[in-house]
Formats: sequence, structure tokens, C-alpha cells
Amino acid sequence: MDFINAIIVLLNYTILPALTYGSQLALGAIFVTLIYGILRFANFATGDMMSFGTMFAVLFTYYLQSKGISFGFLPTALLTIPFAVAMMISYMLIIDKTVFSYYRINKSPPVQLAMVSIGVMFVTQAIIRIIIGPTDRRFMDGEKFILKASEFKDMTGLAEGLTIKSTQIITIVVTIILVAILFWFLNKTKTGTSMRAYSDNEDLALLSGIDPKKVVLITWIIAGILATIGGVLYGLDKSYRPFVYFNNMLPIFAAAIAGGIGNPYGAFLGGYLIAFAEIFLTYAYKRFFIYILPEQLEPNSLMQLLSTDYKFAISFSILVIVLVFRPSGIFEGKKI
Amino acid sequence: MKNYLNIIIAYSIMLGLIILVGVFQSWSIALTIFNYCMISAVMTMGANIQWGYAGLINFGIMGYTALGGLAVVLVSVAPVSEAWSVGGVNMLMSLLLIILMIFSVRYVLKNIEKSKKRNYLVAGIIIVGLFLIKIISGPAIELIEAVEPAKTGFLGGLGMPVLFSWIVGGFFAAGLAFIVGKVALGLRADYLAIATLLIAEIVVSIIKHEDWLARGVKNVIGLKRPAPYEIDLQTSPWFIDLVEKFHSTKLSLTNSLTERQDLLNQLVIDASSIYVKLCFAGLFLIVVIILLLVTQKALYSPWGRMMRAIRDNEEAASAMGKNVVKQHLFIFILGSAIVGIAGAMMVTNDGLFTPGSYRPMRYTFVIWVMVIVGGTGNNFGAILGGFVVWFLWVEAAPIALFFINLFTSHLPETNEIKIHLINSAPYFRFLLVGIGLLLIMRFRPQGIIPEKIIKQ
Repeated sequence: MDFINAIIVLLNYTILPALTYGSQLALGAIFVTLIYGILRFANFATGDMMSFGTMFAVLFTYYLQSKGISFGFLPTALLTIPFAVAMMISYMLIIDKTVFSYYRINKSPPVQLAMVSIGVMFVTQAIIRIIIGPTDRRFMDGEKFILKASEFKDMTGLAEGLTIKSTQIITIVVTIILVAILFWFLNKTKTGTSMRAYSDNEDLALLSGIDPKKVVLITWIIAGILATIGGVLYGLDKSYRPFVYFNNMLPIFAAAIAGGIGNPYGAFLGGYLIAFAEIFLTYAYKRFFIYILPEQLEPNSLMQLLSTDYKFAISFSILVIVLVFRPSGIFEGKKI
Repeated sequence: MKNYLNIIIAYSIMLGLIILVGVFQSWSIALTIFNYCMISAVMTMGANIQWGYAGLINFGIMGYTALGGLAVVLVSVAPVSEAWSVGGVNMLMSLLLIILMIFSVRYVLKNIEKSKKRNYLVAGIIIVGLFLIKIISGPAIELIEAVEPAKTGFLGGLGMPVLFSWIVGGFFAAGLAFIVGKVALGLRADYLAIATLLIAEIVVSIIKHEDWLARGVKNVIGLKRPAPYEIDLQTSPWFIDLVEKFHSTKLSLTNSLTERQDLLNQLVIDASSIYVKLCFAGLFLIVVIILLLVTQKALYSPWGRMMRAIRDNEEAASAMGKNVVKQHLFIFILGSAIVGIAGAMMVTNDGLFTPGSYRPMRYTFVIWVMVIVGGTGNNFGAILGGFVVWFLWVEAAPIALFFINLFTSHLPETNEIKIHLINSAPYFRFLLVGIGLLLIMRFRPQGIIPEKIIKQ
């Protein structure tokens, strides 16, 4: 019985939150990696683009709520995703047309494009703050819990409760569906194959008659979908605040590079790697060990490897270690 | 002379703008902007040495700035003797252990051949070392942080003059740059950017959360100053006399004696703050001029030519027998040290150290905009970039407010859009800086004052 209790403790406080956070990071990391693989630059506006899409979801949610429309037990924000995605994609395409395409056509070095993306980052942040302001916003509605701790205790008779938030399940399910569709698209359809070909060898792809404009267009569309949904899921699970989204760019980069930049599968796994490392290393294992160890060995301290203040620092350290020892990423991406 | 014409024009315009702020807003604001412009200029020079001279991209400016700030605390604050007596020995032992760890890892790396065994040995040394450090320092940290937590709760500094900390700040930053350079300089440009950005985040989060070192997010206030304090000035007779002489015509216009005294008091208070800022401005100007002379000399020396050769064609320079790796590391350290000095200058100017305020937006990306806008590879350009972008960053809100009022003047005061826009005026600084960067990148990629290579 104690053993099951210990497992429940782990599941409740580490595995479920890590899976949720990992899914959110994974979507962002695939976004980064696609832009890097196909458009060939590190997009420093990643966090703010996710924030931009989410902003529209928040605004549409408020609008629907004011009209009295809801989505039953699911959060209303899910209904607004198509509108938010449409806004996000149009913004991305405008930015690409006015800013990025010039450097792409001139074949500028990637560093220059990265610098340009910093300019885009500033502008996007300004637009977001002018439209919605920098404050913290919660837009989650509908049923909050799928399973409450007390219900779980009644059901199983265990001492430890398991709480499942609806946002956790929504995040994981939506991510799996989205990523499955994306991988099917990249591997099985003709457009997807042409995108991979373009990413591998641009000149060869152009010679074999692949239309670069189409590839770029599709890339931004996929990027828009990933960025918006990733952002909305994060916002539903925690809350929407522009500054936090900007900061999230850093673990997302860490996930993308640890997984091997330019490699979507690697980015997907990288997201979970970062999330699990962050949560496992900062969790206080005291309760877990109380269940597992015999009484005389019970720990007095919190049994915490690192304080939660260093959450971000862990993902960055992982990245630095990966960059030093295996610069093309754990799952082999583009060569550096 | 003709070579410098555009530089002179650009600088005159910039100074003119600051003087306009002085005339229309207040001289105190103008001097604050000027001082911050100067600090930004030093940071920009540091980044420009790395990017403009050698093509190394360093997004870790924030980390070096924070380390410079930390140096001010560690050098100038008086030591907290109680904290030292309860935990000092243990902290020193931890420091000794870290040094021992570094040397033993170095020893293993040098003397044992590359193998799995060596990797395990290194990992073992690090893990055992960290474990020992945690055991030794853990209780000591708790004791130190319990010493008057509202006022101190940290070890304090050395109690030395604050100007000395500027040099120490440079050395701190150089030390970090040495480690970062050893680890990350082999990476390709955009990876280097991300790696340095993340390492800087790690450094800042350590400073933020290790309260025993510099109080973390509880901030250290009331730092020493190399300039006199306003309060002392306001009570010293020579200063009051000076203000009286300076404003004698204005003072003679008032009739009653009490009115005259009130006016004089007000003038003395204003003048004292301006005087302090002028002192800082003088100090900063000295630093900027020294750095400008040195970097300018270096840029046109054989060493500068070699750096440009390495930047423009690494393979060719390497084939000519130049040690590219060593030179990259050297210039990375040099540039970072200058940024560290700027960080120390900034904390000295503010008189407080607030680790929570170190954010990549303000201390990395804005500095980079300065480098790009001013002109890469040109020291005059870098300084100008610092001035222009900082000026825009500060004055964007008033400018935006002016235009919002202009364009919405036909709308009533209660119009929601108008109120919303006026409330969000501060955020127009992001828009202005972003659009400025995009325009410069597109139409004048070499910056306002481009790099000029003088043929000899």
C-alpha cells in the first residue's frame, strides 16, 4: 500500500505536471525547429509570437463570454482557437512579406536574420502590450478538475489523493493529436516531403521543381498553428502574461537545441526532456521517501536536489552541456 | 577633418537633443539621460569590440552587467562582522573546495588519457565536491541569512572605495568570459548567441537566489558614492553661496526676505541634485574617453588589423599563422570586461543593486540594438548608438503621448480608444526601438556611422 501511495505522490506532483509542461514546450520547440530547419534562422520572436496568438484567443474568449456562449464543460478558449490561429498566420505572413523575405531572397547569413527577428520581437511585444496590456489574465472557464483528490481518496481508499486538472488532460491530448497530424503530414504527404527536402538541401530541392514560395507559406501556416495552440494551452494551464511568454522562449530554445535543431522529432522529445529534468530536479522528495523507506530511515530534510528558484537554470545547464558535448543535439539535428 | 565631418554632425545633433530635453523638461532629467547614455555607450563599446572587431556574437551582456553590479556590492559595502563570525569559515572552506575541485579536474584532464574512465573520474570529482560543498555551506548559509534579515543577512563586502569596484567588476566579467569562452566559442554564430544568453540567465538566477552573497532579490540599497551626497551639499555654506551667486538676478527680483529664503532653498535643492549628476557625468566621461582612446588605438594597430582579418576570413588568417581560437578568446574576455565595468558604473550611479531588474530585454537586446544602429566595427558609431537608442528608449513615451494627443485631438476626453492609447504610451518605446532596428537593418545595415578602414 505504501508503495502505491509513493507512486501516486510522484504521479501527482511530478509526472502529470511534467507531461503537461513538456507538451507545451514541445509545441514551441517544434515551431522553433521548423523555422530553423526551413527558413534557416533562430527566431528570437518565438515567445512573443506565441503570446500574440494567445492574445487573440483571450480577447475572443472574453467576447464569447460576454455574448453568453460557452463550450460546455470545456474551456471556451478552445472554440476561439481557429480565429486566433487565423490572426496569427496573417500576422506572420505580413511580417514575412515585409521583413524576412528580403533577407531570404538576398541569402543573408543566419545571424542577420536572427538580428532581424529581434526587431520583430520588439515590435510584436509593443503591439501586444498596446492592445492587451502587460497584466496577468486568466481566461480558463468550464470544468476545472476531472478528478479531485478527495474523490480519488474515496474511490481507492488510499492515503494520497490524485488530482487531475482538465487543462492537463486537454494539453496532453491536444498535443498528441496535433503532433501526430504534423508528423503524418511531414512524412506521408507530398507537400510534407517537399518541405523536408527543402530543409535538407535547398539547391537540390529547387532543381527538382519544388516551389520555395509554397514551402515558406506552408511553414508559416504550420508555425502559426503550433505557436497559437501551444500558447493557448500554456495560458489555460497557468495564466496569460506577455512577460512570462517572452521568458518561455528560453526553455523552448533549450528543448529545440537539446533535441537537435532542425529535427521535429528531436524537438518534441526535447520538450519533455527539459520539462522532466526541471521538475524532477526541483521536487522535494520527502513524502515519497516517507512512504518508500522503513520508518527508522525516514528523511528529515526536504530531500530536494535544487531549490525551485533554479528551475530555469536547469534547462539552460542541460543545453550548455548538450552544446559542449554533443553540439548537434541528443537526437542528431543539423550539424553546427 | 573631412573624415570626421559626419561624426561631428551626428554627435552635435545628439547633444542638441539632450539640451532640448534640458530646456523643455528639466536639466535634472537631461543629465540623468546623459549619464545613462554614457553607461550604455560603454556597454555598447564592449559588445562592439566582440561583434564589430571579431564577429563574435554575445547575447550574455546581461550576465556581465550583473556581475559588474555584484562587484560594487562585494567591494564597497562594509563587511557584516556578525555574519562572518557565524558562517565565514564555512563559506571560505567551500570556496577552497571549489578551487580544489577545479584544479583536480584540470589535473585529471591533463594527466589521464581520453577515455571512459576519465569521464567517470571527472563526473565523480564534481559530484563529490558539490555534495561536500552543500554539507559545509548549507548550515552556514542559514546562519548568515538569519543575521538581521531585514537589514543585512549577507556577508557584506570589503568596505573599500567604490571606484575600485569598477576595476573589480571588469575582472569579474573577464573571469566569467574566460569560462564561457572556453566552453562556447567553438559554436556557430547563432548557437553561440543562444548559449551566451542562457549562461547569462544562469548567472543572474544565481545572483538572485543566493541571498548570503548580495541579499538576492531583497536588494542592497544605500551603496557608497564617488560623489558628494545631496544632503551634505544642501547644508554646506560654500555650495549655498555658489547657488546664490549663480542665480543672483533671479533672487534680487523677490522683495520680501522670507520669499527670497524659500526660493533660495528650492534652488539649492535643485542645484544639489544637478551637481551630483554632473560629478557622475564627469567620471563617466573620463571612462568613456579613456576607453575610446585605447580602443581607437587598438583598432588601427597591427593587432586590430589582425582581428579584422580573422573576422573577414578565418581560414585565411589561420593559414597565415594567426591563432584564431586564442585571439577569439582574448577579445571575448576584453569585450566582456568592458561590459562588466559598465555594469559597475550603473550600480554606482543608481546607488542600489537590484538583481531582480536584470532582464534580457533591457540588458541584452536593447544593447544589441545600440550596436547595430550605431555602426558595427566603429567605436564612434558604438558610442553614438548607445546615445541614440537610450535617448529613444527614455523619450519614446513623451513622444508617443504627444502624437497620440495630436491624432486623437478631435475625439472627446472620454473616448475609450483615446484613454487606452494614452495609458499604453510607455509601451511605444518597444515599437520605436523595434522599427528603428528593422529600418536600419534594411536600409543601412552598416549602421549610422559605418566602419571606416583607414589605409596606411
